[in-house]
Amino acid sequence: MNDYLLPLLVFSPVIGMIMIWLMPKTEEKTLKQFGWIGTLMPLLISLFLYQQWLTDVSLSSYQIKWNWIQFGNLAMYDDTLYTVDFELSLDGFSLVFILLTTVLSMLAALASFYIKTEWKGYFLLFLLLEVGMLGVFMADNLLLFFLFFEVTFVSLFFLIGRWGYLNKEKAAYHFLVYNGIGSVLLLFVIATLFVRVGTTNIDALTHILNVGDVALLAPISPFLTDVLCILLFIAFAIKLPVFPFHSWMVRVHREAAPPVVMLHAGVLLKIGAYGMIRFGLGIFPEQVEKLALLFMIVGVISFLYGAFLALVQTDLKLVWAYSSVSHMGIVLFGFGTLNDAGLQGAVFQVVSHGAIAALLFFLIALLYERTGTTELNELGGLAAHMPIFSGVLLTAGLAALGLPGMSGFISEFMAFLGLFKEQMLLAIVAVIGLILTAAYTLRAVLKITFGKKTYSVTWWDVQGIEYVPIIILFTVIVAIGVYPMWLGQLVQEDITTWLLRIGG
Amino acid sequence: MDMKNVLSYEWGAMMPEFIILGTAILLSLFDLFAPRRFNRRPLAWFALIGIALAFVSLISLLPLAETSILADTFRLDSFAKASKLLLLIGAGLVIVLAASHSANDGLRDYQGEFYYLFLAALLGAMMMTSSGDLITLVVGLELLSISSYILAGMKKKNLKSNEAALKYIVMGGISTAITLFGMSYLYGLTGSTNLGEMSETMARVSDSQVLYLLGLAFFMVLVGLSFKLATAPFHMWAPDVYEGAPTPVTAFLSVISKIAGFVILLRLLLSLFLTASGDTLGTVTFLEQNRVFIAVLAGATMIIGNVLALRQQNVKRLLAYSGIAHAGYLLVAVATLGGGYFLLDTVWFYFLAYLLMNIGAFAVFQWLADANSSEQRLIFAGLAKRSPAAAVAMTIFLLSLAGIPGTAGFIGKFHIFLGALLGSTTTDYILASILLATTILSYVYYFSLLVQIFFRPASTKEAVRFPVSLMIVLLVCVVGTMIFGLAPNMALDFLHQHFGDFTDFISME
Repeated sequence: MNDYLLPLLVFSPVIGMIMIWLMPKTEEKTLKQFGWIGTLMPLLISLFLYQQWLTDVSLSSYQIKWNWIQFGNLAMYDDTLYTVDFELSLDGFSLVFILLTTVLSMLAALASFYIKTEWKGYFLLFLLLEVGMLGVFMADNLLLFFLFFEVTFVSLFFLIGRWGYLNKEKAAYHFLVYNGIGSVLLLFVIATLFVRVGTTNIDALTHILNVGDVALLAPISPFLTDVLCILLFIAFAIKLPVFPFHSWMVRVHREAAPPVVMLHAGVLLKIGAYGMIRFGLGIFPEQVEKLALLFMIVGVISFLYGAFLALVQTDLKLVWAYSSVSHMGIVLFGFGTLNDAGLQGAVFQVVSHGAIAALLFFLIALLYERTGTTELNELGGLAAHMPIFSGVLLTAGLAALGLPGMSGFISEFMAFLGLFKEQMLLAIVAVIGLILTAAYTLRAVLKITFGKKTYSVTWWDVQGIEYVPIIILFTVIVAIGVYPMWLGQLVQEDITTWLLRIGG
Repeated sequence: MDMKNVLSYEWGAMMPEFIILGTAILLSLFDLFAPRRFNRRPLAWFALIGIALAFVSLISLLPLAETSILADTFRLDSFAKASKLLLLIGAGLVIVLAASHSANDGLRDYQGEFYYLFLAALLGAMMMTSSGDLITLVVGLELLSISSYILAGMKKKNLKSNEAALKYIVMGGISTAITLFGMSYLYGLTGSTNLGEMSETMARVSDSQVLYLLGLAFFMVLVGLSFKLATAPFHMWAPDVYEGAPTPVTAFLSVISKIAGFVILLRLLLSLFLTASGDTLGTVTFLEQNRVFIAVLAGATMIIGNVLALRQQNVKRLLAYSGIAHAGYLLVAVATLGGGYFLLDTVWFYFLAYLLMNIGAFAVFQWLADANSSEQRLIFAGLAKRSPAAAVAMTIFLLSLAGIPGTAGFIGKFHIFLGALLGSTTTDYILASILLATTILSYVYYFSLLVQIFFRPASTKEAVRFPVSLMIVLLVCVVGTMIFGLAPNMALDFLHQHFGDFTDFISME
C-alpha cells in the first residue's frame, strides 16, 4: 500500500476525469457533481496522510521510485548516470502545500457551480490542473517537477482563455509568454545541472553540489552556479510573482473565472514560493546566502508597490490582485531573512494567503453572480441587503490586513520579526506597507458594504451550499491565527535542516 | 566484376529496397494498362502493402551484422537500418494520408502516378541512407529529388502547384549542382568515391593547401545539402513549395525528405570530415574546427523559421516554417555532435518524434483544408465543438511541436538540449540559449492555432467527419507522441538494443 499511496494521490483526480469524460456534455448537473466528487478523493488521501503524520508515522515511508527514462547508452559505465526516475516523496513541508491544494481544489470545484458554459471541458481541465499541482509538490526530481509544472501551465492556459471575462484571451496570452519564459529558464537550470552532475534527483543534487565528494562529469564553476541560481530565482519570481514580473498575474486575476483565480491565487502562485524554498535552499544554499539581501529588498519593494497600487484601484478584482502581489512580497522577504522566524513567516504566509485569497475571490464570484459587476463605484450599501455577505467580506478583509487572531497576523508578524532581526532599516520602511494594507482593504470593503446605495434591486444573500467554502476557509484562517503550532510543527523540522545547511 | 562475384553478394541486405522497387513497377504497369474508368484509389493500399512488406523484411534484417555489398557502395549498417525503419513508418502513414484525400482536392486525376512516384521517392531516400559511396549517394538523392519535383506539381491545373514544382526544380537543381561541385573536390583530393577509402585518405591529410581545398568542399556540400534540408538562409523555396504541393506531398517533403537529408549530411560529416584533421598539426578534427559554421546555420535557421512562422495566416506555410525551425533544432544536434554521450540516438529520437507529430498535424490539416477549400487559420475555428477527438489529437501534436513535457517532442528537444549543454563551449551555450528563446516564440504561433480550435466559434455547428483511414493515422500518431513522451525508453531501449551506439556507422572502414 505504501508503494502506491503517493501515485494514487497524484493521479486520483483522473478518476473524476474519466467519469466526466464518459458523461454526455449536456448533463450540466451531473458533470458539476462529478467535478466536485473528483476532488474529494485527493482530499481524503491527503487528510489521511496528515493523520498519519499526527500519529508519528514517518512520511518518508511513502516514498516511491520507479525506473523511468535513461538518456544515452551508458548502462555499461554507470547505471545511474543520466537516468531520470519516476520518484515521489513527501515531507512536512510538501504536505502543507498538498493540503492547501486539495482543500482549495475542493472548494474551487464548489465555486465552479457558477460556470455557465462547457462544463465538461472545464472540469476535465480543472482536474488535470489538480493532477499537475499535486505532482509539483511531490516530485522528487527536477525533471518530474518540471513535467507537472507544465501540466499546470497548459491546463491553466485553457482555463483562463476559455472561461472568464471580456479580455480573457489576452490574459491567457500574457500568462503564456511570461510563464513560458519562466519555465524555459527553469528548464535551462535543470538541463545544465543534469548534464553536469548526471542526475536530477533533488537529494542527490544537494549532496553532490554541497558536499561535493563525487567526481562530476563536468565541473561546475562558481560563476556558473551563481548564474544558475539567479536564473532559477527569476523563473520562480515570475511564478510568485514579485515586482517587475507581476503584470501577467494582475491580468489573470482580473480576467479569469473566479474559481480559477481561487486556485491560481491560492495554490499556483505558491509554486514559486515552494520552488524558491525547496530548490533554492536545497541546491544553492551558498548562493542564496549571498543573494539574501537582494531578496529582502525586492520583497519589500513588491510589498509596498502592490499595496500602493491596490489603494488606487476601482475594481475589486484588481484590489485583491495587487494585494496578492503585495502579500507575495512578504513571502519573498520572509524567505530572504534566512532565519527561523522569517522562514516560518514565509510558509505561514503561503498558507494564510492561500486561504484568504481563495475566500476573497470566492466572495467575488458570489458578488459577480448577483450584481454582474465588481466596480467599486457601482456598488455600495450592500450591508442593508446582504448582511451576511457584507459581514463575511469585512471579516475576510480584516484577515487580509492581518488582524490578530487570524492567520494573516501570525504570518506577517513572523516575517517582520525575521526582517527586523536582519535588516532593521528595511523593516522600518516595510512597516509602512502594513498601514497601506489596512487602508486599501478597509477602503474597498467599506465602500461596498456601507457607502452610498447606487442601485434599486435587492439581491439575495449568501445561501445553501455557498456557506461551505466560507465556513471551511474561516476555520482554517482562525485555526492558524489562534493555534499556529499545528502548522508550524509540520515544517519546523525541514526549516531546521535548511538552516543547518546554510550554517545559520 | 564478373558474374560469380555479383551472385556472391548478400542481396538479402537490399530486400526492403527490392520490395519497394517491385511494388513501384507493378503499380506503374497497372496504371499504364488499366482502363481509364478504373478507380485508382485502391492502389494506395497496394502501395501500403508493399511498404509493410518492406518493413517486415527490414525487421528480419535487424539482427544482421553490418553488411556491405556492390563493392562497398551499398551498406546496411546500424544507422541505415534505424533510419530506414523511420522512413518506412513515415511513408506508410503518408500513403494512408494520400489515400484518404477528399474528392475535390485536385489530386484525383493523377493518383495512379502519385503512388508509384511516391514509392520511387521513398526508394531514393532509402538508398541514400545506405550509400557507402558518393555515386550511390547522389543517385539516391536525385531519385528522391526528381520524384519530389513531379509530386510537387501533381495538381496540374493548379497555378500554385505549378509554381511550386517550377521553383522546386530550379532550386533543387542549383543545390544538386553545388553539392556535386563540392563532391568533385572531395574526389579530387582523395582519388576515390568510396566513403570508406576517402575516410582513410582524409585521415592522413595535414597539408595546409589540401586543408584549404577540403574547407571549400565542406562549404559547398554543406550549402548544397542546406538547400535540400531547407535550412536558413537557403530555405526560401520551402514555404512556396509546401503551399503549392498537394498536402500528402507536403507531409512527405517535410518528414521523409528531411530525414533522408539529415541522414546524408550526417553520413558525410561523420565519415569524411570527422576523420580529417582540422589544422596542420592534427590536434583537432576538421569537423570540430569548422563546427561553428554548422552552428551559425543552426542558429539562423531556428531564428528565421520561428520568427517568420509568427506572421503566417496560411497554416500550410506556418507548418512549413515550423518545419524549418525543427530543422534548426536538429542542426543543433549536428553542430554539437562532438559533445560525447548523446550522439546519434538524439537525432534518431528526434526524427521519430518529429515524424509522428508532424504527419499527425498534416493529417488533421489536410482534411480540414479540403473540407473548407481554404488553408487559413480560420479552418481550425471551433474544431473542439465540431470534432472533439480531432481537436484533442491536434492539441497533442501542437503541444509536442512546441516541446511541452509529456510529449515526444519535449523529450527530443530536451535530448538535443542536453547534448548542446554538454559541449560547454560558448558556442554551445549560445546555441542552447537560441533553442530556448525560439521555443518561447514558437509557443505563440502553435498556441494561436489552439486558440482557434478551442476559443473561437465555428462558422457552422455541423460535425466534421474524418474518414476511418485518417482516424487510424491520427490514432497512431497520437499514441506514439504520447507514449514516447511519457515513456521514451520504449524507443530508446529498442534503439540501444538493436543498434548499440551506432559504432559501425561512425567508424566506417
